[in-house]
Amino acid sequence: MTTALTVTREDLASTVAGLLGTGHRMALVAAHEETDAFRVVYVLLGADRVELTVTMPRDDAWLPSLAAICYPAGRFEREIRDLYGIRPLDHPLPHRLVRHAHWPTGWYPMLKDAGPMPAGDGSASYPFLEVEGDGVYEIPVGPIHAGLIEPGHFRFSVVGETILRMKARLWFMHRGVEKLAEGKAVGEVVGLTERISGDTAIGHSVAYAMAVEEALGIEVSEDARMVRALLLECERLYNHVSDLGAMVNDVAFGIIHSHTSRLREQLLRHNEALTGHRLLRGAVEIGGARLTRAADTALVERVVAEARELAELALAHTVVANRLRDTAVLRREQVEHMDALGYVARASGVPVDARADHPFVDLGPDFHIITETDGDVRARFLVRYYELGVSADVIAHLTRRLGGRLGDVAPPARGTGAGFGVVEAWRGTLCHRVEVKDGIVTRLKAVDPSWFTWPALPQALTDTIVPDFPLANKSFNLSYAGNDL
Amino acid sequence: MTAVVLIIVQVLVALAVTPLLLGVMRQVRSRLESRVGAGVLQPYRDVAKLLRKQPLRAQGSSPILVYAPLVLLVSSLMIVALVPLITTSSLVTIPSDLFVVVSLLLVGTVAMAVLGLDGGTAFGGMGSSRHMMIAALVEPTVLMSVYALSVPVGSSTLSTIVAARGLDPARVVTPAGLLAVVALVIVVLAETGRLPVDNPSTHLELTMVHEAMILESAGRDLAWLEVGSWLRLTALLGLVVNLALPWGVAADASPLMLVLGVVALVVKLLAAGAIVAAAEVFMAKLRLFRVPELLAGSFVLAFLAVTASYLAG
Repeated sequence: MTTALTVTREDLASTVAGLLGTGHRMALVAAHEETDAFRVVYVLLGADRVELTVTMPRDDAWLPSLAAICYPAGRFEREIRDLYGIRPLDHPLPHRLVRHAHWPTGWYPMLKDAGPMPAGDGSASYPFLEVEGDGVYEIPVGPIHAGLIEPGHFRFSVVGETILRMKARLWFMHRGVEKLAEGKAVGEVVGLTERISGDTAIGHSVAYAMAVEEALGIEVSEDARMVRALLLECERLYNHVSDLGAMVNDVAFGIIHSHTSRLREQLLRHNEALTGHRLLRGAVEIGGARLTRAADTALVERVVAEARELAELALAHTVVANRLRDTAVLRREQVEHMDALGYVARASGVPVDARADHPFVDLGPDFHIITETDGDVRARFLVRYYELGVSADVIAHLTRRLGGRLGDVAPPARGTGAGFGVVEAWRGTLCHRVEVKDGIVTRLKAVDPSWFTWPALPQALTDTIVPDFPLANKSFNLSYAGNDL
Repeated sequence: MTAVVLIIVQVLVALAVTPLLLGVMRQVRSRLESRVGAGVLQPYRDVAKLLRKQPLRAQGSSPILVYAPLVLLVSSLMIVALVPLITTSSLVTIPSDLFVVVSLLLVGTVAMAVLGLDGGTAFGGMGSSRHMMIAALVEPTVLMSVYALSVPVGSSTLSTIVAARGLDPARVVTPAGLLAVVALVIVVLAETGRLPVDNPSTHLELTMVHEAMILESAGRDLAWLEVGSWLRLTALLGLVVNLALPWGVAADASPLMLVLGVVALVVKLLAAGAIVAAAEVFMAKLRLFRVPELLAGSFVLAFLAVTASYLAG
């Protein structure tokens, strides 16, 4: 059920406060450029979906900041300021977010007349809070790291080995994904959304396809929805298996990692058999989804059983168990304040899961939400460990119900409208909102769960020691690319 | 004069076998983790490659970046010369005294710590501070455990201790001897940056100890640092195996004894390395603040060994 409301800037804060009070969370904020106006859409998700639209003239482009009542809204506002030039009024932290230092001031790339980036002098500062005191020193790490990981700069203020404060500076990989989507036919953009974050190809493409289908009024058959749910679980499986091994590898128990890598490879080959692509690209289309063959549930069950055994071996190892326990604790209040998502939230006892909150197909009797309460690295490890079992059960259930059918795709439709899609990708709740005009995308806004969860990582580092940071970071395993479109 | 020849042979053998030791350890670990591995000869290729490369030095760094690797290398070569590896004969002027060897170890340790600080990067300083913390806990245990072994012999000269243990196998399996050897094994693993104290194969800068200090070194400098650190492993591991299995160590300079000494050393060393590597497969890295607990434990063992050696003696 969707409620669409138009509100004035003056009423925005009170309306949002009311909705937050009735169990909604800010899921997405997207700005739109009109001829002489800006239109900003706030999507709040709860038991129902509420879309608030605020319109303002271009020459008076400001928004009242909601940062005081809703932490993620404050970040969306900074993103909109950087990309559209709409000022958030009274924002508590008004410095740049998405804009890297080499972007010239006053150039807003999402505007239609933005043009290519003018030369900047790269002098724009990024203020790091300097922690002062006896024996406090700073450790700058990245953005180039020793391993094959994405770019991010971490600035630690440290006393001895204890982290006092960590500031993550991301935003090194803005590719203009949302701008690239504009002006393309809805079908063409599926491939783009698959590449927003390589490990979340299905999450992004399904959310996008659902948004387009809502915009154009396309009915998707139950078979196709089951195939999509199955693909989401396949994506979750290979990422969770690889995360379990990678976390244990960070405490130098490499043999587990060798074996999870082997299992991950089997899952990737299974993905290839299902869809023709190891990362599941190409299976989802507007109007449905298709497999090239039915899932091999025996293989999935065997791999999951092996992965769970490996995880049990790791947890039974006293040193590994000691390293995971009580490391980087994220408390429930912090999760609720920041609206962190996915396994990070569930490991801190917050049962947020779009598969239960916003289901699009029945996942069978074995689906249930896994939560842990400790909020430490071990809890995030355990949530993934248990979710492997749930995913395998869901895959078995869906495969049985599909009974050899491989999904289908509804006939294409051309039309105009706006739509919203939300799925539980493997990292957490992921949503897309699109506006379509005559079958052409005029605006795409994608929100990866990493967008919400990144700010929780520094919060979890209180009382954590520097050599435990890589482990803590791995237990969050957030996407840099999904965060920075 | 024969002692000089023997020691030159010992140093050459150690230099030749050290990369092989590392290669064997890495290969054993790779195979046990069902990886292919780079082959046992890879460390030779690595050193050859590094020696051909021009060392890049950070702007504003001092000559320490040039000299510290050489200090480490020379101190390691001296340790290798003094520790009884293939022969128990030693120089009269510089005895293979326990205190001399431990001091030389410290010279190398300090050289590396200073090197870590010199680049001016956060990682180097972090590595140096961790390294010194571990070194401060390791040195007393090395002294205590070898001291426990020296009590029955009445000498703190390592070669004399090894020779005496070789002549009287009953000494090897005394409570004091066993405790001391176990304590030594733990501190040798800590001192040479092996698991569970340090992970030599990590790429995570924030967790590094030894690797963090040498991050800023390249080319020739790095080659000297690698060889210097590896030689310490050879010397310390060699010392432990010769204390635990004091047979096959050449007592004189006859060619037959010498060949036997070389063969025995290589076999014992590689076997010990393979065992360490195999054990590492089952180990994870301790939380940094747990390392002192482990090293305190090894100190207690060494202390018990000293007590036992007095009681038994």
